[in-house]
Amino acid sequence: MEVNQMQRSFLEYATVLFREGFLDGQFSQLQMLQDESNPDFVVEVVSLFFEDSQKLLNDLTTTLDQQNVDFKKIDAHIHQLKGSSSSIGAQRVKNACIAFRNFCDQQNLEGCMRCLQHVKQEYLLVKSKLEALLRLEQQIVAAGGAIPVLSEFS
Amino acid sequence: MAGEMAGNSTKKKISALVVDDDRLVRRIHGMLLTRFGMETNAVENGKEAVDLFASGKCYDLVFMDMEMPIMDGLKATQALREMGVSSTIVGVTSRTQEGETQAFMEAGLDACWEKPLTRDGIISLLDQVAKKLL
Repeated sequence: MEVNQMQRSFLEYATVLFREGFLDGQFSQLQMLQDESNPDFVVEVVSLFFEDSQKLLNDLTTTLDQQNVDFKKIDAHIHQLKGSSSSIGAQRVKNACIAFRNFCDQQNLEGCMRCLQHVKQEYLLVKSKLEALLRLEQQIVAAGGAIPVLSEFS
Repeated sequence: MAGEMAGNSTKKKISALVVDDDRLVRRIHGMLLTRFGMETNAVENGKEAVDLFASGKCYDLVFMDMEMPIMDGLKATQALREMGVSSTIVGVTSRTQEGETQAFMEAGLDACWEKPLTRDGIISLLDQVAKKLL
């Protein structure tokens, strides 16, 4: 596949992700921070996001599994996950965290369990989509092309 | 470069300190500020920020997270102001419900913003900081 076609595929895929709300303007801001002196910046921060989120989701699962659920702990974990998902532009994960927080405030255990499933689902979705997007990026770079700018989405 | 100012013989960079317990936020905000030409440093909690200033380091801009272990943003901001620090301190938080940020502002912030930092927000700040430095 030639570079132009790869770049078009990348832009088409990115457009879908923005349109469906998986990513928001914050992600394009991250793309714009990447340059020749920091060529792996986006991959680096996305990897950090995956690591941190997985840990937080594991902690949330454990905390909700306890006999006496510590809702303050849950709140702290969700707060962190909301912060990191919004800094990476993972909009649907962020929104799922907001809903989760409301049930946590009400100390509604069943609501929290449902929300946890929803957050996990949204996280796995955005993870696979980001991995696909970054794979397309890497193919473009390997073929000697420039990564298209996503400024119209910011 | 936006974050640099021409002095008589040398260019002085605006210095910024990111105070946040989240390493992802430190990395992203740090990069954003660096790309604006600022001299950037990052610490994990309020106490580290206070210690830096107490050791004689000074930063033109401080981006202070609200919730952090050891010393939170509120206490750190109060401590810095009590020390006589006049740097521009911007609270940065994911807490956006009404009333949550009021106490933070009253601790001595110049502004309180919702995370994440954006280019537009920084541009508006640089204007104010430049005036302060001149």
